[in-house]
Amino acid sequence: MIAEQLLFAFLAACAVTTAVLMVFQRNPVTSAISLIGNFFCLAALYLLLEAQLLAVLEIAVYAGAIMVLVVFVIMLLNVGDEVSLSFRPNLRMIAGGVLMVAFLLELLYLFTMAPGAGSIVVAAMRPSGLGTVESMGHALYSGFLFPLQITGLLLLIAVVGAVILAKRRLS
Amino acid sequence: MNLPITWNDVLALGPIAVVFGGTLLLVVLESIVRKASPLMFWVTVGVLAVAAGCALATIGVAGTAFGGTVLTGGYASYFALVFSAGALLVTLLSPAYLLKRATAFTEYYILLLAAVTGMMVMAASNDLVVFFLGLETMSVAFYVLAGFTRQSVTSNESAMKYFLLGAFATGFLLYGMALVYGTLGSTSIAMLRSSAAAHAGEPLFLVGLGLLLVGFVFKVAAVPFHMWVPDVYEGAPTMVSGLMSTGGKSAAFAAFLLVFGADVLQSAAPIREVMAVLAALSMIVGNILAISQTSVKRMLAYSSVAHAGYILTGVIAANADGANGVMFYLLAYTLMNVGAFGVLSILETASVENVRIDDLAGLSRTRPWLAGLMALFMFSLTGIPPFAGFFGKYYVFTGAIGAGYTWLAIVGVIMSVVSAYYYLRLVVVMYFQEGSPDQVGTATGIGLASLVLPAIALLALGLLPSTIVNLTMQCF
Amino acid sequence: MEQYIPIAIMILIGVVAGVVFANINRFLGPHKPTEEKLSTYESGMEPVRTARERFSVKFYLVAMLFIVFDIEIVFLYPWAVVFRQLAPAGIIGMIVFLVILVIGLIYEWRKGGMDWR
Repeated sequence: MIAEQLLFAFLAACAVTTAVLMVFQRNPVTSAISLIGNFFCLAALYLLLEAQLLAVLEIAVYAGAIMVLVVFVIMLLNVGDEVSLSFRPNLRMIAGGVLMVAFLLELLYLFTMAPGAGSIVVAAMRPSGLGTVESMGHALYSGFLFPLQITGLLLLIAVVGAVILAKRRLS
Repeated sequence: MNLPITWNDVLALGPIAVVFGGTLLLVVLESIVRKASPLMFWVTVGVLAVAAGCALATIGVAGTAFGGTVLTGGYASYFALVFSAGALLVTLLSPAYLLKRATAFTEYYILLLAAVTGMMVMAASNDLVVFFLGLETMSVAFYVLAGFTRQSVTSNESAMKYFLLGAFATGFLLYGMALVYGTLGSTSIAMLRSSAAAHAGEPLFLVGLGLLLVGFVFKVAAVPFHMWVPDVYEGAPTMVSGLMSTGGKSAAFAAFLLVFGADVLQSAAPIREVMAVLAALSMIVGNILAISQTSVKRMLAYSSVAHAGYILTGVIAANADGANGVMFYLLAYTLMNVGAFGVLSILETASVENVRIDDLAGLSRTRPWLAGLMALFMFSLTGIPPFAGFFGKYYVFTGAIGAGYTWLAIVGVIMSVVSAYYYLRLVVVMYFQEGSPDQVGTATGIGLASLVLPAIALLALGLLPSTIVNLTMQCF
Repeated sequence: MEQYIPIAIMILIGVVAGVVFANINRFLGPHKPTEEKLSTYESGMEPVRTARERFSVKFYLVAMLFIVFDIEIVFLYPWAVVFRQLAPAGIIGMIVFLVILVIGLIYEWRKGGMDWR
């Protein structure tokens, strides 16, 4: 139990560090690499939560496919020499910042101190082995068969949309 | 969760199965047939007509399918009817418009049908996962459709804004779903409603609902998440804006009513109060900003924010009157707003891309039919009695008063009076101002016919609102 | 937890091997650098330029299509694990899902999404 807690603390620290690095890196490619590190940390965290399939997908889809997209977009954008934006905080930014902090505090309160805060883990983890590939397979191909087909349609529309918007001349 | 799923589940889907299959058929046709433009158009019309018929046929038998994840018949069929009617009118008006904007890509129809499929799935969702996928299918199709005229900068801007803000709103929606799932241990909407009372005291559940509310308020385009509306509606192809503002809004409200049903709102009092404030703000902000617009599309965009406020009033009422009112209102709103955008799409030409209110001066003399139809849609949007728009407002405000939200109804009535100013100004400009709007376009036969149809329907619904209300009553 | 120890060991070996192989020549090989030696040989082309050039949007299309079909694999994986235990509906459901995506593939092919023009 202690080992698990320590591991969690370590991984969580890594995840936060890589996330912060990703935002504050000046070079977009380094930033992207930090993002990959973040994905790996998250995958390990999912494993700790017994969400095995999710962990595998985090690596396969995010660290693989989504990263490819991110890197391509960096290349497409033709980020030239850095344009240093003059940072003048206006009312909107301040309001946004205040709201963000308020939301963060609210979530902290919710997950730690609020009545019923402990129940989130209990309710969601009720069936054991929920996150294994087998149980996800059973759920997807029986109870969630309809959403699966809608996902198929969504992917099809993504293909059509990408071809329309990115293909310069349609034959 | 090993549930037997049979062929009957597919049949029970009815209109959803029709438009889903239709979308796939269109993609196949697009791939194998060269120069498929008229074919694609007619297939779309056919699919939507069949879907509407299918929805009408199944409206009496409500049930669920696919292990209780999706609603069939009843409520779902009613909205399927609304969406297919709206989309059918949009489709009929589209070819002439697309020709003007020199956009001959027939993928337009694929995306249109996919958006309709998404809308129907949203209105039929009995599980948060199903709702989310329906929403995304609709939204992705709309993101692409908004940027469909690729050579136009405003169209690109519209797509970009809609996509970025839409994705951001989706984030809130998903976080809300995660928290709700965390407290309930299930994504079922039926279970969310039945166990709302038991969990209403848990802050985590309330925050989950609050985050869901953010997503919904964005999708129905109510204050304070309405900033995207004018730019997106103005930049997107006009008929796409027509469908977005009617079908998209109706689908979001259909799901809104499912998730934030009477039992949820009655137990989650804080959420209900927040919604009431947002509804009042939407009516006030939408109507007041609409007054100062010079572009007709932007005026309609802000008015759509105001209408989101009126309809939200019916959701907040959380009683039978309110729910019936929402359903009736959405049908009426779909007909009148598609009509208004339809008239605009006809008036637009290659040179006049964005019709200003002043451009309409003297329209009654050069295009008497179009001016008359536009006036009728404006009267209905204002909520003047013989038209369906009046009864929509009447039902939602009655519902609100019945639920003790008299102040909200009063705000609504006052703001309707304010809205008369800008709707009727359009009529005054068309009929009583001198001008020679010769540069605006003229209607084709099919275009005019598809504008006369909603006009007749609005009049019929206004004279006999009970036919629809009897239908919506069965859905609960 | 215990069953992940082999995976952890494997990751460790991978990282160590990578670091070792990347740096071992520094210790084993002779080390006499000149400017010519250090520059990259690129058949007379200027070897070092800015990498920040404008890339064609075609790359984006390829990436986008890759993601779509990658996600298809995601759904195939749990199906492949359990398909022996599934009801017929599960098998037919996967067939329908694949048909939908194959339609997408045909569309993309016919529209020249895979041609580099």
